[in-house]
Amino acid sequence: MKSFSNKKVIPGYRFTCGITFFYLSLILLIPLAAFVLYTAGMGWEKFLAVVLDYRVFHAYYISLLTALAAAVINGVFGLLLAWVLVRYDFFGKRLLDGLIDLPFALPTAVAGIALTTLYAENGWLGQYLYALGIPSAFSPLGITLAMVFVGLPFVARSVQPVLRDLDPQVEEAAALLGAGDWLTFRRVIFPELVSPLLTGFSLSFARGVGEYGSVVFIAGNLPYETEIAPLLIMAKLEQFDYQAAAAIALVLLLLSFAILLVINGYQRYRVQKQGV
Amino acid sequence: MVAVKPHNFRQWGLIGLAAVFLLVMLVLPLILVASEALAKGWQVYLDALNEPFARKALFLTLEATVAAVLGNTVFGLASAWLLTKYDFRGKAFWSSLLDLPFAISPVVAGLLFVILFGRMSPIYPFLRAEHIAIIFAVPGIILATVFVTFPFITRELVPIMEAQGRSEEEAAATMGASGWTIFRRVTLPNIKWALIYGVILCTARALGEFGAVSVVSGHIRGKTNTLPLHIEILYNEYNFTAAFAVASILVILAVVILILRNLVEWRAKRGLRNGN
Repeated sequence: MKSFSNKKVIPGYRFTCGITFFYLSLILLIPLAAFVLYTAGMGWEKFLAVVLDYRVFHAYYISLLTALAAAVINGVFGLLLAWVLVRYDFFGKRLLDGLIDLPFALPTAVAGIALTTLYAENGWLGQYLYALGIPSAFSPLGITLAMVFVGLPFVARSVQPVLRDLDPQVEEAAALLGAGDWLTFRRVIFPELVSPLLTGFSLSFARGVGEYGSVVFIAGNLPYETEIAPLLIMAKLEQFDYQAAAAIALVLLLLSFAILLVINGYQRYRVQKQGV
Repeated sequence: MVAVKPHNFRQWGLIGLAAVFLLVMLVLPLILVASEALAKGWQVYLDALNEPFARKALFLTLEATVAAVLGNTVFGLASAWLLTKYDFRGKAFWSSLLDLPFAISPVVAGLLFVILFGRMSPIYPFLRAEHIAIIFAVPGIILATVFVTFPFITRELVPIMEAQGRSEEEAAATMGASGWTIFRRVTLPNIKWALIYGVILCTARALGEFGAVSVVSGHIRGKTNTLPLHIEILYNEYNFTAAFAVASILVILAVVILILRNLVEWRAKRGLRNGN
């Protein structure tokens, strides 16, 4: 069978191959190569001077910290949403289910101005938070809220199908053996959900690290306080300092790849350990 | 796993928590957009939408979206066909390249094109001599939009085409059907809904792309301003009512996209149940 399909019986191999490689080269490979060459051309000394600058370093720190916090919040609530939508029948369930994808459909700039107005000092929610002494806009909390918004669908949408396909008999067996609900969830159901949870978590994290549109309005963009890495790239571009922008961008790119690589690697390690 | 009617306090509590989370995070910002847009009455709202710059921006957004969706549909079909109908060396590498834009910040995506075609590029003198404007012009906006949206259609098509296998296409090929006939008569009916679904996701993202477009656009009003960028300008000029009025157009489009998305999913599921 293998040798049969190796002969490429279906016509169109060269045609589709041509289109795919032409398009990928034009959109992705040539721009990436030009970018790497350009950054390499600036030399180590200049590169390190830009990247290790305290303002830049702090921007990475804020980006990673807020994206991590948002991914954790999305992990918890994504799991809750998936659980509620799969396990229970209630009025309005289809509406809630459809709503989850809103952040994928709503332009980030719209989300950005809406969230900023909502959480500003005189905003609908901000007035109560500020009264409690919590600055909800122009703070790391505000940045996190925006990242929660844009990353919200990832975890729920990764966990939902896995939860739906779980075999009910396993749970019944656990119940027959005398396990309570919580024990069943912890020992029987949750281990099955770790993999999709991590997938959703890493997507949400990576999205948060690179997010710009929804964050730019609510961040306030104060250097050393609420300046995130994509904003700093933008600032360097506006000063026509293309080299600095490229250096910051390269590190941001490597950070995002590292996040995805580490989590994918861990997933593979888990699968191997379980011998699945 | 089977859904049950919630029957105790704890289950209702979970549902309530999930519903409140979605209402605060997703629904409240939408209500706020509508309320702010109409804060000064219908006349001001309609005037903000009728303004020539807003209309130009809407037109440019639609232009970039149509271009991106057309290009990405051709690429999506070709690449999904290539990845699922043939075996070749380096397939895993090429298919992981397709996920790259999800790990790249939109700001970095825009920067890639600025470096490739902008003033510091080695090909810039040639472009200038030929009067080809890419950066701070419409082609740059289209390229940036294509970049952030190109994986969507492929990612919807590959799993379903993988699941369908190759036997139907191989049978058709051995009976002498041409590649185009096989695609039109055998493959397309099977992947129709996944394709429409991918196109919807691609459209949604293209309509709202902000970061990448912002980097390459140059923000020239009436020329290189898309709707999301127009919102940013109005907002930064403290013209909040107009900003939210324009935003409300994008909210309406987002809601239409969500409804279409759910309809397509429902149709696709029904098709599967009928053994189609």
